[in-house]
Formats: sequence, C-alpha cells, structure tokens
Amino acid sequence: MSLKLYVHPLSQPARALLLFCRANSIPFQEHVVDLIKGEHKREEYKKVNPFQKVPVISHDGFLLTESVAILRYLSRTFSVPDHWYPKESELQARIDAYMAWQHLNLRSYGSMYFQTGYVIPRTFKQPVNEQKLSKFEKGLETALDEITDIWLKDGPFIGGGKQISVADLLAVTEMEQPGMAGYDVKTYNKRITEYMNTVREILQPHYDQIHSECHKIQEKALKKA
Amino acid sequence: MVVKLYYDAMSQPSRALLIFLRSNAKIIPVEEVPVALRKGEHLSKDFANVNPFKKVPAIDNDGFKLAESVSILRYLCRTFPVADHWYPKDSQKQARVDEYMAWQHLNLRAFGSMYFRTKIINPMMGLPVNEDNLKTFGKQLDDVLGVIENIWLKENPFIAGKELSVADLLATTELEQPGMAGYDVYKGHPKIAAYVSAVKAKLQPHYDDAHVFVYKLQAKAKL
Repeated sequence: MSLKLYVHPLSQPARALLLFCRANSIPFQEHVVDLIKGEHKREEYKKVNPFQKVPVISHDGFLLTESVAILRYLSRTFSVPDHWYPKESELQARIDAYMAWQHLNLRSYGSMYFQTGYVIPRTFKQPVNEQKLSKFEKGLETALDEITDIWLKDGPFIGGGKQISVADLLAVTEMEQPGMAGYDVKTYNKRITEYMNTVREILQPHYDQIHSECHKIQEKALKKA
Repeated sequence: MVVKLYYDAMSQPSRALLIFLRSNAKIIPVEEVPVALRKGEHLSKDFANVNPFKKVPAIDNDGFKLAESVSILRYLCRTFPVADHWYPKDSQKQARVDEYMAWQHLNLRAFGSMYFRTKIINPMMGLPVNEDNLKTFGKQLDDVLGVIENIWLKENPFIAGKELSVADLLATTELEQPGMAGYDVYKGHPKIAAYVSAVKAKLQPHYDDAHVFVYKLQAKAKL
C-alpha cells in the first residue's frame, strides 16, 4: 500500500485525515503512534517526522506533516469529488482562509482546554487549573461565535460551500475535543448543533468509528460536569 | 481589475503581501490602502465590510474580499501569471510550501507576536510588562528558532525548498518582528542569519522599503 497514516485517536487533525481517507475509500495503512509511551520522542519516529508530532503521512516514500498541507496534497493526488477541495477559485480561497484562521482560534483554544482539563491533571496527577481553564473557555466561545456568525453565515458548510469540504473535517474534529474535558461544544448554540449533526450524518459510519475513543471519554466527562 | 491591499507595515503578514505585490508590480495591478492599527482604523464599520475579523492584511479584488495572508498568497498566485517558484505547480514542492505556511501559525508567528505584544504593545496600551509571560514567550520563541535552524533550514537554502517561495515572505517578515522588542533572533542561529540575508538580497528594494519603520524600532530597541 503506497499511503501510510501515522495517527492517534485523540489527535483532532489525525481524525480529520482518517475521515477524509475513509469517506473517499482511499486505501491506506494505519499506524497508531503510542503517544503515552512516548513513541513520538524516539529516534525512529524522528526519521518519519522530525517535529515529533501526529499526524504525518508517507506516500510512496514522500513524508509530509501538517494536516492542512496533507489534506490539500491528498485532494489533488487521489481522484476525489471536487467538493472536498473545490477548483472554483473564490470558494477555494474561503476554505483556505478557514484552514489558516483555525490554527490560532478554534484549534488553539480547543486544544488548550483539552490539555488543561484532561491531559495535564492526569499526566501530573494534579487538580485542574480552573483559572487557565476559564481563560481558554472564553477563547473557545469567541471562536465558536465567529464560526456561527462568519464562517457559517453564507451556507450550510464552512466558507459558504453547499457541500462538505476538507475545512469541515478540521472544524468538526476540533469541535469534538473539548467534550473530553467536560465542555460540550455540540450544545453551544442551535447553529453549531445543526452543523455538527449535518456533518456527522454525511460521514457515517466512519465518523462514529473514528470518534469512538473520544465519545467514550466525553460520556464520562460530561456525566461529571 | 485592481487588487486593493489593506495593510499596516507593523503587521508581519501585511509586509509579506507588500513585498510580494511590489515584486510582482508588472503582473498584478495594486492599490495600497493603509489601515493605521495604532489609530484603531481596523475597528471602523467601513473596514468591517472588508474583513469582518477586523484585521490586516485583507484584499479586495474587484469586489471579492479575502482575509488570511496564507489564503491571499495562494489566491494571488493562481489568479495572476506570477513566476512558478512563488507557489510551485510541482505537487511535492507545493506540499512543502503548504507545510511551512501551516506550521508557522502556531510556532514562529504565535511566539514572535506574543513576545512583541507583551514587551511593546501592552505598555503602549497602558498595561505593565508581564515579566513571567515575557520569559515564557522568550523561551518558546527560542525553541521555535531552534526548529527553524535545525530542521527547516537543515538541507535547503530557502524555508520550503531550493527556490524562493511565498513561504519565505512569511518566514522573514516574522523573523524581523521580535527585534523591535530587543530580541536578537540571529544570536546562536547562524543559518537563520544567512537565510534572511539571502532572501533580502533577492527582494530588494521592496524588502527594505516594507521594513523602514521596523528597522527604526529595531535600532531603538538595541540602545
């Protein structure tokens, strides 16, 4: 098999890549990187990804990191339907704009909420830093407001598209993350609920399969909250 | 058909676009529209019609408005017949440019900006310099510069490969920013120093023109 994906079920961008490949029936070999055991810090893994992160792909020996770059590369390398990464220039530009914007907005605040509320307390066996959590929650909500008011203003999908694109894969996988630390993004507002449900429906059964670990942890966390 | 560029020269990605557009002036007709951040011009109702996120840079090409420098650079490269090296059609070369442009947001851009904001912008707005934050951002910036020195520039003369690309515009304009807060990005990073010189040499006089105020503030910070 010429395509190999190095992933982890708790990595948002890794899930986005898995969704893309499964939804398009692209054959690939999946390697789950054992982050807890520190596989990503070992010399062997550095040869695959010198940045020591997930996800990374290997395609016929070509190694590539950064989910946004990978999604573009896969869209043009495999014959996928146009809507995933449309050729129409203005829609493509809006999708690109979301994929650039999201790093410092939904991704960073969602990730930091998850780190602060789930990873750090467990790893270092310490209580949750509520002050920091509150700060990241504020940033997360600002990002969700901007998604509601701007990115989803002109159509059912991110950037005003009439069909799902790679931008939506990045968006929903990020939206699933804070739930594991007890913040249920799905119920933030009507638009977000509707959006997440719509995208999930389109991507079944892959969506639930790829999020099974996430959903297990969310169930526990949201019961407590 | 004129591309309106809304910019402020204190903004790193604004400078990247200024340099790109001026370097391609024969191919892309441009109208430069300054938006003075220090005067709050980005917060006006008029500007919100251009970019609802109220930030620079942004463009308006015959009514098509677009924000986010990474997206703007891609859009311009496919809309106008600029030289291939800026955003190569070769799939693997293009993927490397995309890779840098994605990586930089949460790395060089984030920590360079945070260091600058903590030391220079906050005091301008009447807030004290948070020394703890400054130390943290300084350390994170140092780590990121190490990654650029030892990984991005390990085998290639330019950030994403063997030729100058739009990724280099983003990289170098970000590398210029911390100097205004007195942080020497070149100290201990000889590859980065050589790299910035090489990129500058290819982009004159536009590089120096875009950095006129930046150079003044860098000189001030050194005193």
